Amino acid sequence: MRATIEPTGLTRRIIPCLDVASGRVVKGVQFKNLTDHGDPTEAAGRYAAEGADEIVFLDITAAPERRDTDLDWVRRTAEQVFIPLSVGGGVRSVDDGRKLLLAGADKLGINTAAVAEPELLTRLAERFGSQCVVLSVDAKRRDDGTAGNRPSWEVVTHGGRSPTGLDALEWIEEGIERGAGEILLTSIDSDGTKEGYDLELLRRASALSPAPVIASGGAGTLEHLGDALDTGAAAVLAASIFHQSTYSVGTVKEYLDRRYPIRTQTGVTA
Amino acid sequence: MTGPATSRERGQPARIQRAPATAPLARSKVGATVIDAGVGNIGNLVRALRHLGAVVEITCDPATIRASRCLVLPGVGAFRPPRERLRGAPEKAIRGALGDGATLLGICIGYQLLFDSSEEFGTTDGLGLLGGRVTELPGGVPLPHIGWNRVFGVAEHPLLEGSTEDDHYYFVHSFAPEGVPEDSVLGRCRHGRSFPAITGHGRVLGTQFHPEKSGAAGLRLLRNYLAWAGDLAAGVDGGNIATAAGD
Repeated sequence: MRATIEPTGLTRRIIPCLDVASGRVVKGVQFKNLTDHGDPTEAAGRYAAEGADEIVFLDITAAPERRDTDLDWVRRTAEQVFIPLSVGGGVRSVDDGRKLLLAGADKLGINTAAVAEPELLTRLAERFGSQCVVLSVDAKRRDDGTAGNRPSWEVVTHGGRSPTGLDALEWIEEGIERGAGEILLTSIDSDGTKEGYDLELLRRASALSPAPVIASGGAGTLEHLGDALDTGAAAVLAASIFHQSTYSVGTVKEYLDRRYPIRTQTGVTA
Repeated sequence: MTGPATSRERGQPARIQRAPATAPLARSKVGATVIDAGVGNIGNLVRALRHLGAVVEITCDPATIRASRCLVLPGVGAFRPPRERLRGAPEKAIRGALGDGATLLGICIGYQLLFDSSEEFGTTDGLGLLGGRVTELPGGVPLPHIGWNRVFGVAEHPLLEGSTEDDHYYFVHSFAPEGVPEDSVLGRCRHGRSFPAITGHGRVLGTQFHPEKSGAAGLRLLRNYLAWAGDLAAGVDGGNIATAAGD
């Protein structure tokens, strides 16, 4: 038994994110200039072996091109990778969600479709449970607060190309009320820059959200990941630092383990 | 004789040998019957069992359940729909198979179904195969309990060969058993309160977490279960299991 009784042993999660386009892992700065980073199943398997707590797939071509998410790579991944898999992009109906879950996804990421039709969140939660429904919010600063105003963020969709007029924090609250079980919060300003997460956005979102907030966009150093968890985020998501082998998931966990409850894999990996 | 039973025979402490926990079973195929109580997505459990080399049958047919020697009862969502689906012939078939020496592993809601009763949406009777009742976790912590949590106080049991106090598993639930006899608790978890995360009595076992989503630790547990069920079905003495589980 530990000396202190903790109310929970729940760990903070480290989540590699794989942007997928046409069945390949891709990455670009602010969703532009995409470069090829290999096979999704292989990458997910490698990260799971390193200790990733979950894998998030975002099919970033799905919404603008109005095509179904290619499910073969989801199926292949679910046959080989036995940690939670979240798949977003192109989920526009309960039937789209059902197909993804049957292919092996454990969670559905909903972004553009939820903005267009907020009731979709409720229908998905009623059918599959809130634990399946991740509201993915892409937020862009519209006021940096330098003029004395409170900073605010606007929800953008279609990979950052379309403004919506929605306030990001209000949208998060509404999304949870409608049935979202988790919030994947991406700063479009920071995404791909490796200059750190938008900590103020994360702090504000974590303070108001009863659902777990997954920090996304801007990870470049180990300190950035720790800073994001300091805001109260339940999980940190990163892509470039893992794809470019700046850090392994194991290295990240070793670093964060000093400050946070982290799942380590003692005795499992050789 | 291959696999985990070897170390048991030598009376060594429970620890899996260097075989990777995620590797397929090094034995002839084990048949596993996954009981489909009609709710939730059981695809990933079936994928995990097949990955480990099991020949998996998915059914709610009483005759098939009755003839099985290795049963798995999954479930996600609420307690009552699968409970009602099992009432009558399927439940009788499960009891009959157990009476003939079958093993049963309940997972998540399938685990909760094994106990005497659940208080989710009013009191509902369970299968009564394990002692205890299922109650809501206390507030003060986020509910549902979703994520990776540590299982501690791990007992010596064939299901848990190779596991350590540092193993984490993936949980998704708001209710958990309480009032479970201590000698059948095989591991505990803390979220709001301490609750039995793994319970076993005789050939009836269950986990509150999803082993099929718990990485290498979860696959090792499923692999151990298949190996144990295979040994028992083949008439190999299961070591000191009966006494360890209080039978």
